[in-house]
Amino acid sequence: MSKKEKLSVDHIQRVIELCKSVDEQGVDPFSLDIDEIITTLQQYFPELESPEEMAIDAEAVQCLASVIQNQGNWVKYRSTSLYTDPFLLEDKINRLKKEDFIEVFTKVWTPVIEMEQLSISYLAEAMKYWDSLVPIAERWQNDGPIEVQTGTITREELVRQKILVEKTFIEELVASWVQLKQKVGENRKILYWDFIGCDTFNETLDRAYMTSFLVTYGYATLELHPLDEEVFIIPFTEPRLEMSDRHLVSVPISISFDEWIRWKEEKLNDKKSLL
Amino acid sequence: MTKKAYYDHKIKRATQMLFYRHHMKPGVKGWELKNSLGSDYPKILKVLESYLEKLDLQIKTVFEGENPSGEPTLEDLNKARFYVTVRGGLPEKDAKMMGWRIDDLAGLAAAISYIVSKKGKANREEVEDLLRSKLPGWRVEINISRYIRSGYLGEDEHNQLYLDWRTRAEVDQKAMVKLLLLK
Repeated sequence: MSKKEKLSVDHIQRVIELCKSVDEQGVDPFSLDIDEIITTLQQYFPELESPEEMAIDAEAVQCLASVIQNQGNWVKYRSTSLYTDPFLLEDKINRLKKEDFIEVFTKVWTPVIEMEQLSISYLAEAMKYWDSLVPIAERWQNDGPIEVQTGTITREELVRQKILVEKTFIEELVASWVQLKQKVGENRKILYWDFIGCDTFNETLDRAYMTSFLVTYGYATLELHPLDEEVFIIPFTEPRLEMSDRHLVSVPISISFDEWIRWKEEKLNDKKSLL
Repeated sequence: MTKKAYYDHKIKRATQMLFYRHHMKPGVKGWELKNSLGSDYPKILKVLESYLEKLDLQIKTVFEGENPSGEPTLEDLNKARFYVTVRGGLPEKDAKMMGWRIDDLAGLAAAISYIVSKKGKANREEVEDLLRSKLPGWRVEINISRYIRSGYLGEDEHNQLYLDWRTRAEVDQKAMVKLLLLK
């Protein structure tokens, strides 16, 4: 935001605060010069560009509309029979004793009559509810913390519960890379889905996750054929660590459940045709 | 059922609905009367009021928002709230019977008058300062909270006090202002 724009926004914010003081602090709505405020807003409007600045301008206009409404209410109030010179009334209030207030108030006060009474039918309903109510000791049972004995756990158990991983991340990455090279074999490359596709969807996701790191860290690369909508993975014989220093490009590849199902069906059909 | 029996039954039902509290607030909404008594409930209320007059009671109608100019329509009445109130004023000593100390009632009267003088809304601090000039300081905040709880005053999110439903139902503001100025 330039200095000029910041000044405009500050000025409009001040206009908003001024208008809000009419509602919030009971300031006389006629003390604001509406024409001047409108002229100011019109003057600053061409300088506003961003949506936030436009929103502030809209808020200022809304607050101004509220001030005009307050002015209307004031005129309406003044034209009713309830209107009295407020300073005169305030002066009277300050000078009168509390006995005078009581005398006046009791002449104009007509309290509301309200009664409460239980009926037999409601009592019967209440008794029925009472009988069916479970004792509070049962309803508000506080079980408290369960006492647990300290014990030991093996590394295998921690791995089984997926609290620890068996191998470090690099070990996992290298293992994936070896697997990729084995699957590619004599061919230079392999179709992306042929490598990541597994018997279960979860395993497929794990494989795709590791493949993304293989490519990022220079263990493999991708070959895209957008016209054929094919993606190949090409493993490097040696990791190319300089790849991670170069400017990388993101290649989004969707791995959805439907696509996995489709891959599985195609593989099954291929197997059937071979038989 | 004869016409008289029909109206007797309706009037009894209207009496129960108006006198006995059914909700958080006393009184009953117009649409509730319509559901229970039928759309001719204004006529039934008029008949009931003629009975209540002998007991120095009346049925007061408090409209939602501003009072309609001219004769209120059935739609205006359906949205309004109906209360049974005392007809004439009360002797000062009877106010004590209604659970009000004389100081607290004076404070209420002063607060209402002040808010009326400020065109219906006044800052809570200003009202407290006014009350503190004549009442013990420690009672002022308790009293204002009581007035708000009872429904005489309301407080908005900007700490502005305004006249709430009970003041509109129970207090003749115009007469009060007139009497205050004559003092």
